[in-house]
Amino acid sequence: MARSNKPIVWGPFAAGGTLTAFLTPALILLTLLAALGHAPDLLAYERLHAVASHWLAKLVIVGIVFLSLWSAAHRLRITLYDLGMRADALVATVVYLIAVAGTLAAIVYLLRI
Amino acid sequence: MSERVVELEVLRYNPETDSEPHFQRYSVSCEEEWVVLDALNKIKETIDPTLSYRWSCHMAVCGSCGMMVNGEPKLACKAFLRTFDGVIRVEPLAHFPIERDLVTVIDDFVMKLKRVKPYLIPKQDKPVSEGEYLQTPAELKKYKQYTLCINCMLCYAACPEYGLIPNYIGPAAIALAHRYNQDSRDGGRDERQEEIAATEGVWDCSFVGACSEVCPEHVDPAGAIQQVKIKSMVDWYKEHLMPWVKK
Amino acid sequence: MSRRPYVREIPKFRWFFRQPRYLRYMARELSCLFIGAYALMMVWGSKQLADGPATWGAFLERLHSPSSIAFHVLALGFALYHTITWFNLTPKALPVQVGGEFVPDGVIVGAHYVGWGLLSLAVLYFAGAF
Repeated sequence: MARSNKPIVWGPFAAGGTLTAFLTPALILLTLLAALGHAPDLLAYERLHAVASHWLAKLVIVGIVFLSLWSAAHRLRITLYDLGMRADALVATVVYLIAVAGTLAAIVYLLRI
Repeated sequence: MSERVVELEVLRYNPETDSEPHFQRYSVSCEEEWVVLDALNKIKETIDPTLSYRWSCHMAVCGSCGMMVNGEPKLACKAFLRTFDGVIRVEPLAHFPIERDLVTVIDDFVMKLKRVKPYLIPKQDKPVSEGEYLQTPAELKKYKQYTLCINCMLCYAACPEYGLIPNYIGPAAIALAHRYNQDSRDGGRDERQEEIAATEGVWDCSFVGACSEVCPEHVDPAGAIQQVKIKSMVDWYKEHLMPWVKK
Repeated sequence: MSRRPYVREIPKFRWFFRQPRYLRYMARELSCLFIGAYALMMVWGSKQLADGPATWGAFLERLHSPSSIAFHVLALGFALYHTITWFNLTPKALPVQVGGEFVPDGVIVGAHYVGWGLLSLAVLYFAGAF
């Protein structure tokens, strides 16, 4: 038996699971308010653009996006196995790639702000 | 003492005559305060002496009488008849091959238990003349709950991942490895990591938590497994990202 | 006497219907779909924000659609379920021993809920939601 390299993918999963547990409900509530016609001030273009212009805000947003996507990807991988999909290597490659591609896209977009 | 007639549906399998298992219905009069094991004993004594099952202590200590009672892994000696309504369905422990009737083949668990070296491996041997290996109450607390494991395998029958991934080392074996890793007198963690930090060790666990919910001795294997995951992760990052930090 | 152990097949797909606790587990795991989708929505939102006021306005406008509201309500439900299950399992993974005794699970979980409440209030306050 050799020790597994799973910690590489599990570390960000555990961190992302914790982050999303603390943060995601509040974030969803913000856009839900906007969806119901009570958009919080932060979502006004000028204010959000000004906030997102700061490098620290960009870093925070990228961090949130990466950890959320990664923990979701890892969980989806496990769930697909639980649901009978046995091509784990393929599933893992696809879901982690989506998480990384989403993060890179967020970096590109945020740098344009 | 009041008696009542209890209906049991027991999964039967005779390897010499049956191609597959089938349910057999028994009606047996039982005392109100009896457990499923009492009902099985009464069936064997008065109705059907061919019924096979394991049991020994009748007091939740030996871990022999684990079986599925209405789909839930339970010790038959701890499953009180009065807690069930209607027909009680009794099957051998899930996820294990059936040897005969309610008797399962447990070799897989026994081999896995052996692999994790569930015994003290002292950091360095010392002669008896130097005295005992001392331990404080706080050091004892660190692992005490895991010593309550009776190897009854209910956690294996509850764990869906063990059902899906037969190579998975599983809850009790990992909890017992963790029990010795947490022991201040032990120095064998490195050897045990070879088994439990492998892919077939803790990494096949998805933290369903069923193992801890069904444990009749209130051991928390799910907790032990997550703690081993976190420690193995720290090991991995230390080894690969900070190679200058040597153990 | 011949040994001929019988192996029961485990359904590869339907196994989680066998016990309520497996269904609860599946519900917890499926929260990842909504948390992942919401993160992708954040990525899309940052593109719309970078593209200028008009596209950002259109993005906000699209949030009003019934399907968007339905998604948000579902996502909020699953996100809350994720939060609750995650916090409740935390003391198992990270037990704290002070002196000789282990801190009771309820204290660790409670501390998480307090921290979560404060953080959520801070986010809502910073965003000017109230």
